[in-house]
Amino acid sequence: MATIKIPTPLRAYTAGHAVVTVSGTTVAEVLSDLAAQHPGLKQHLFEGGELRSFVNVFIGEDNTRDLQGLVTPVKDGDTLRIIPSIAGG
Amino acid sequence: MAISMTTLTPENILLSREEVLRYSRHLIMPEVGMAGQKKLKAARVLLIGTGGLGSPTALYLAAAGVGTLGIVDYDIVDLTNLQRQVIHGTKDVGRSKLDSAQDTLADINPHVIIHKYNVPFTSDNALDIIADYDIVIDGTDNFPTRYLVNDACVMAGKYNVYGSIFRFEGQASVFAAPGGPCYRCLFPEPPPPGLVPSCAEGGVLGILPGTIGTIQATEAIKLILGVGDPLIGRMLLYDALAMTWDTIKVKKNPACPVCSEHPTLTHLIDYEQFCGVPAHDHSDFSTAADQRPVLAISVRELKKRLDEGQPVFLLDVREPHEAEISTMGATLIPKDVVRQRLNEIPRDVPVVVHCRTGARSATVVRWLMDEGYSNAVNLAGGINAWAREIDPAILIY
Repeated sequence: MATIKIPTPLRAYTAGHAVVTVSGTTVAEVLSDLAAQHPGLKQHLFEGGELRSFVNVFIGEDNTRDLQGLVTPVKDGDTLRIIPSIAGG
Repeated sequence: MAISMTTLTPENILLSREEVLRYSRHLIMPEVGMAGQKKLKAARVLLIGTGGLGSPTALYLAAAGVGTLGIVDYDIVDLTNLQRQVIHGTKDVGRSKLDSAQDTLADINPHVIIHKYNVPFTSDNALDIIADYDIVIDGTDNFPTRYLVNDACVMAGKYNVYGSIFRFEGQASVFAAPGGPCYRCLFPEPPPPGLVPSCAEGGVLGILPGTIGTIQATEAIKLILGVGDPLIGRMLLYDALAMTWDTIKVKKNPACPVCSEHPTLTHLIDYEQFCGVPAHDHSDFSTAADQRPVLAISVRELKKRLDEGQPVFLLDVREPHEAEISTMGATLIPKDVVRQRLNEIPRDVPVVVHCRTGARSATVVRWLMDEGYSNAVNLAGGINAWAREIDPAILIY
């Protein structure tokens, strides 16, 4: 099991949860488990099976786009986070 | 990373007896010293916005002795600003933010030269304005201006000291440094319109911009002095509720349209078009995700109908904590659950939907139209308009 930190703008779609525990061995699998637990998130994360271009998923300090993208392996205990675009000032 | 700025000419800078005393706590540190303080005095920093982030940044940069501060803002100080925009005071409500900021900064440090730009920051003026500065502080409050600031900084070769906030969350980084990534390397495209609310819609903890703005000020000072490790290639993530700071790596995107070796974007574009949202109140741009017109009635028309005893189902789509601030006695069904509770909304009497100012309720009216409600209308201006024009006993927020 891994955990995903949910940024504030997306918490409206996770019933307010800031952290969601997910299962899966790749980024694609854990995100699909996340979307299965919180179906409202799906349209904000994926577009035609691809991660939407404004969604950044990190494992630890690293952007999964700089690793192997959706097939990046996820280990037990990994912490993933979705980095939101926010613009407030 | 040591930084060299071509416009810094500290050898020509002199510090007066008063300034030496004023900056004493800097001068006794080897990382600053006389040479560093002169660099600060020679430095020119441009602040885009004197709102939540720009306020603390400007205060500390002025106090630290940055010699020239440019400020871009066309806004007027409003009572709702004072919860976080600490450069302005109650006496400044109704004044231009530039004048208010200038007075405060001049009081803190009369040695600072202040240049005021009383205009929206746009593709037409951005490169001209930033040409005179070494560092740009991005304290804007919308996506179009953030992409504009980034692209202009990359094209002009200026540091973009970035900070951004939402509710209890903040981000800070340094973009467009030589060899470093830019904002677009992390966020190639903006989120779709409507997904990420602004602070005006979503709220923000008043202290949060203080925390993030002072990080921006710190990074600007470090860049000027050439000390420490600036946030180049890294982004700080702050969560005020969890009280955690995390760092993520931001890599330069070799295919970045703006900052890569072979950029495809070499001039400033229409950023409102790019982001699908207006950049500022003066903008005539409006293309939200769903802009279908909705029928609306004014608060005066609603008052007339109620006085005449006409049947009206009044629906409040705000959150319960907002209804605790003010209420018109409407049935409360928050926007996010409206579509699950349609059975509570009648189809045989006129439905008037309201929120705080009329934006969320317009969205709900569109949803109701999709569900076959031909009897739903929006209350223009929301409960705040009702409070202003009809019932002064109701609180405006």
